[in-house]
Amino acid sequence: MLRVERLQAGKLRPLTFEVADGECLAVEGPSGSGKTLLLRAMADLDPAPGQVFVDGVERHEVSPPQWRRLVRYCAAEPAWWTDTPRGGLPPKASAEKLNRLLVSLDLDAGALDRPVAVLSTGERQRLALVRALLDEPKVLLLDEPTGALDPQSTALVEELIRFQMLAGRSVVLVSHNAAQVKRLADARLVLSSAANATEASAP
Amino acid sequence: MSYVPLSYLDLVLAATLLIANGAISWAFRLGLEKSIAIAAVRMVIQLALIGIVLKLIFAQTSPVWTAGFAVIMVAAATLEIAGRLNGQLPTWPLMGLSGATLLFVGTFVTIFGVGFVITPTPWYGARYILPILGMVMGNTMTAVALVLDSLSEAARRERGAIEARLALGATRFEALSGPLRSALRTGMMPMLNSMATTGIVALPGMMTGQIIAGADPIGAAKYQVLIMFLIAGATALASLLAAVGGVMLLTDARHRLRLM
Repeated sequence: MLRVERLQAGKLRPLTFEVADGECLAVEGPSGSGKTLLLRAMADLDPAPGQVFVDGVERHEVSPPQWRRLVRYCAAEPAWWTDTPRGGLPPKASAEKLNRLLVSLDLDAGALDRPVAVLSTGERQRLALVRALLDEPKVLLLDEPTGALDPQSTALVEELIRFQMLAGRSVVLVSHNAAQVKRLADARLVLSSAANATEASAP
Repeated sequence: MSYVPLSYLDLVLAATLLIANGAISWAFRLGLEKSIAIAAVRMVIQLALIGIVLKLIFAQTSPVWTAGFAVIMVAAATLEIAGRLNGQLPTWPLMGLSGATLLFVGTFVTIFGVGFVITPTPWYGARYILPILGMVMGNTMTAVALVLDSLSEAARRERGAIEARLALGATRFEALSGPLRSALRTGMMPMLNSMATTGIVALPGMMTGQIIAGADPIGAAKYQVLIMFLIAGATALASLLAAVGGVMLLTDARHRLRLM
C-alpha cells in the first residue's frame, strides 16, 4: 500500500492520496502540470516536503537506494549508460524472470546484446520496463510507459501492468491516453495547468 | 655559478614579441588585445613581486614566513579554481573542497619531497619548500579544475542515465561511476603526457633555469626527475580527492542529483 501525505512536489500544492496493493492510480493533466515531478518526488529523486509511505515505512526511514528498489520510477524517455541493454541489468537478475519479461513484451533475447543506439524507440521503452521490473519493486511509478509504442506493443505493456497489479503491486500511471486510463486505472488524480488545483475521482 | 644577468632593457626587448599576439588579435578581430595587455602586465607585476617577496623570505630563518606564504599560494589557487568553475558547482562548498584538497596534497607532497627526499638543513628552508610547493601547486590546481569541470560537465550531459541508475537503486557513487572515471582520467592525463615527452619535446622550466644558473645538467636532470614524480603523485592524489568530493557536491545525502 502506497500512502502519500501532504507531498509537495515542485510548485504543486501538497497532495494526499493512497494507492492500495494491486490498484492503479492514473495521474493526468496537461504538459507542464507537474506529473513527472510528482512521480520523481515519490521516488525521492527530488527533494519534496511531505511524507510517502510504503506499507507504513516512510521514505526517510530507509536508505535512498533501498527506497528506490521499493518504489520504482520509470522515466518517459529511458536512458542507458552502457553500450547494450544487458549492461544495465542487475548482475544478479534471474535468467528465468528476465526471459519471462522479454517474452511478455514480445522482445527477443538478442535485443539485450544489440547496441542501444540501433534499437528502436519502442524497443528501448519496453526494455526499460523489463529493467525496471526485474527486481520486483513494490510500487511502480510509470511515466507514459506506452508513449513510444504501437497499438500491439501498447496492449502487451498494459497486459504486463495488469499482471503486476495482480501480483499485488501498486501502480501510479502517468498517461495522456484517456482510453488507457479507463482500461487500467482504479482512480484518477488530475493536475490542472495552474499547477495548484487538483481533483481526484473514480473513473 | 655564474650567468649573464638580464637588464630591464633586455626584458623590454623580449616584450616586443607580444606585438605578434596583439597583431593576430587585431587582424582576426579576436578582441583579445585588452586581455593580452592585462595578462602581460599581471605576469610582470606578479613575477616582480614574487622576486622581491622571495628575497625577503629567504633572508628570514623563521618557518612562519614560509608557511604564511604557502597558505597564500593555496588560497590563490583555490580562488583560481573557483573562478574557472564559476556556476558549475556551488561556490562555497567548491572553495572548501578545492582549498582542502590543495592544502592536504601540497603539504603532504612537499613535506615528503623536501623533508624525506632532499633533506636540506634546515628541512623547512624556504629555498626548497616554496619552489617545490609552487610547482606542485600549479599542476595540482590544474588537475583539480580539470577533474571538477569534467565531472560536472558529464553529470549535466548524462543526467538522464545517472538518474535512471539512481531510480534503479544505485548509490550516488555507482550512478556517477562513469563521470568519475572519466574525470580521474582527465585529471591525471596531462601529467602522464608530460612525463612521456619531457626532455625530448619540452625542456622543463626548472631544469633549464638551473642549467642557465650554472648547475651541472645531470644534477639539474635529477632534480627534474624528482619534481616530476612529486607532481605525478600530487596530481593523482588531488584528482582522487577532487573527484570523490565532486560527486558529493553534485549529489545530496539522499543520493539525489543536484545540478545547479
